[in-house]
Amino acid sequence: MTPRLAPGDRVQVVLTNPPGHRRTPFYIRGKQGVIERACGEFANPEELGHGFDGLPKKQLYRVRFRQKDLWANYRGGEYDTVDVDVYEHWLTPLPVLAGR
Amino acid sequence: MNEDHEHRHDHHHDHGQDNSGAHAPHPTQPDDVSLPGRYEVMILAMRDLLIEKGVVTADQIRRGFEVLDSWQPSRGAQIVARAWTDPSFKKRLLEDGNAAVADFGITMGETKLTVVENTDTVQNVIVCTLCSCYPRAVLGLPPDWYRSKSYRSRVVVEPRQVLKELGTDLPDDITIRVHDSLADLRYLVIPRRPDATEGWSEMRLASIVSRDCMIGVANPKVLANE
Repeated sequence: MTPRLAPGDRVQVVLTNPPGHRRTPFYIRGKQGVIERACGEFANPEELGHGFDGLPKKQLYRVRFRQKDLWANYRGGEYDTVDVDVYEHWLTPLPVLAGR
Repeated sequence: MNEDHEHRHDHHHDHGQDNSGAHAPHPTQPDDVSLPGRYEVMILAMRDLLIEKGVVTADQIRRGFEVLDSWQPSRGAQIVARAWTDPSFKKRLLEDGNAAVADFGITMGETKLTVVENTDTVQNVIVCTLCSCYPRAVLGLPPDWYRSKSYRSRVVVEPRQVLKELGTDLPDDITIRVHDSLADLRYLVIPRRPDATEGWSEMRLASIVSRDCMIGVANPKVLANE
């Protein structure tokens, strides 16, 4: 399947706290970032973690976050980033910013 | 106490209750006799069942550990040295890590090797904040500090300070990119090749690429006498 999102697309991580095995760390939930690349499809660890087959596979992305957007008191470079592997069902596409 | 340890001394020892004039026994670390936890019991039970049912043999399990332990960071160093000397290999490595490291007989299995390159403005650093995901096929088993809660929780929040504590004091104008490997990707950092290594062979280059350079918390150094 073709990835729904492309490098450069702005996204927001879903802000939710469901029980179960989750790979999306709390520090990016609800935060905005940019797709760095699509990584292909992988069995869903949220299902695998509970003994299911993890199918259908889920598209995985690398999402780049600015450190300053994640931590209120970040002490470091303006352009420092964290890249996190996030599955597509945790990502909401954001509209393209006007003028960009 | 063994005999080698008997020696004359002209200073006072406090031997506590021991009035014999000889040393009291040295303190010993007690054996760990605690009962196995739930998961350890499950692992042992599963192992025994698999052996009993003939799925694997005890020798195959032992061999598995032997193979795992044989994976050393020198494998990653060879890959980095090749990337430094062969631009077409580096291109392939950055585009498709799994295919490129197959040149070295390394298979990544279900995971995807994602290679990131340091530049004169960017330092890449790897962590797994959830557990200890690590590119074992290319670097072997992770060091204890990589698995520590302290490193995992702090390097995403204050990477500059953590690197400084590890002896890597980066200039303010270097951008730090932390990579949190939480899912099916495994990361390898290609550090910057030091200027003083012009004309070096791949083998000699590999000798300065340490494990920590490929995690991104250190950078290769050329000693003055090299």
